Amino acid sequence: MTDPLQQFITVLLMAVVTYLPRLVPMTLLRGRKLSSGLQNFLKCVPFAVLGALIFPEILYSTTSVSSAAVGLAVALALSLLRLNVVLVVLGSILAVFFSA
Amino acid sequence: MNRRHSFLKGAKLGIPIAIGYIPIGIAFGVLASSTGIQTGIGVALSSILYAGASQFVGVGMMAAGASTLEIVATTLILNFRHFIMSSSLSQRLPATIGKRFLAVLAFGVTDESFAVASVQPQPIFEPWNLFGLNTIAYLAWNAGTLIGLLLGDAIPGALAASMGIALYAMFIGLLVPGLKGNLPMVTVALLAITISSLIYYLPLFSGLASGWRILAATLLAAGAGGKLLEKISLPENNSSREGGHKRD
Repeated sequence: MTDPLQQFITVLLMAVVTYLPRLVPMTLLRGRKLSSGLQNFLKCVPFAVLGALIFPEILYSTTSVSSAAVGLAVALALSLLRLNVVLVVLGSILAVFFSA
Repeated sequence: MNRRHSFLKGAKLGIPIAIGYIPIGIAFGVLASSTGIQTGIGVALSSILYAGASQFVGVGMMAAGASTLEIVATTLILNFRHFIMSSSLSQRLPATIGKRFLAVLAFGVTDESFAVASVQPQPIFEPWNLFGLNTIAYLAWNAGTLIGLLLGDAIPGALAASMGIALYAMFIGLLVPGLKGNLPMVTVALLAITISSLIYYLPLFSGLASGWRILAATLLAAGAGGKLLEKISLPENNSSREGGHKRD
């Protein structure tokens, strides 16, 4: 696909199918009292999402698994110390930079 | 709390996202310009689609000559997981927000903005707080994209590669503090990690897009976690459940 107009139309359609799942639940569910089962489920979603986002992709986020493992270890250590998230991020980047 | 104060407080929460988004935005801009698509298409992807992984995939597919239908279907698969994040956020927004403001807030739902928002302690969000968070993330992503599109080759490779860990380090920094002394959520997170890794490594699922993997791991782990929470709270409302039919 090299025609810019067709590319632009494709981007617009991509934007629509991306926006709808972001919009529809927020519009429909807000202010609605959900069953306690569903509420419990939604309470667990942040922790489940974070776990699924981190592993295993973090291991392949840098040029080598070993440097990524160093970054992971440093991020874990710093967050166990309850440092601010910005410091966790910067510490992890530096650890990867110097171990690469 | 006034709007400006609330907005700035949210923007501050979004700083770790910005640190992660700028280098990845740059990487996206560099990739987009290297495939030969026009700068305007790269800008449009970041500004009106605004969804990291699917932008990389979309540009790659365009360059590979995929059809519009294929690209749009893949985008839907990759981004459908936001459905569940938006559902979760909906329970923490005040019922008083206007439709238009809600539509703007929904546009800013990403893995990262959801992660930062959802670990905040307050049960109901201040909407302007969320708006500030979304805005700084959006600006960082688009600034990164522009830098990458316009002067991509000038970024030192070693530094750029080291910054690939940024968003994952942020996820860890958001996850770990909330787990302390919270055994059910430790279980949920470990379960999600296990399921996600199984799907990632088992050859059976090798064709599965990463969006489906994250969605499946989230649904299964949060589903099990929901049941676990129900069991824990069971002793207190045992009597009300007897004889009554089960909900959901």
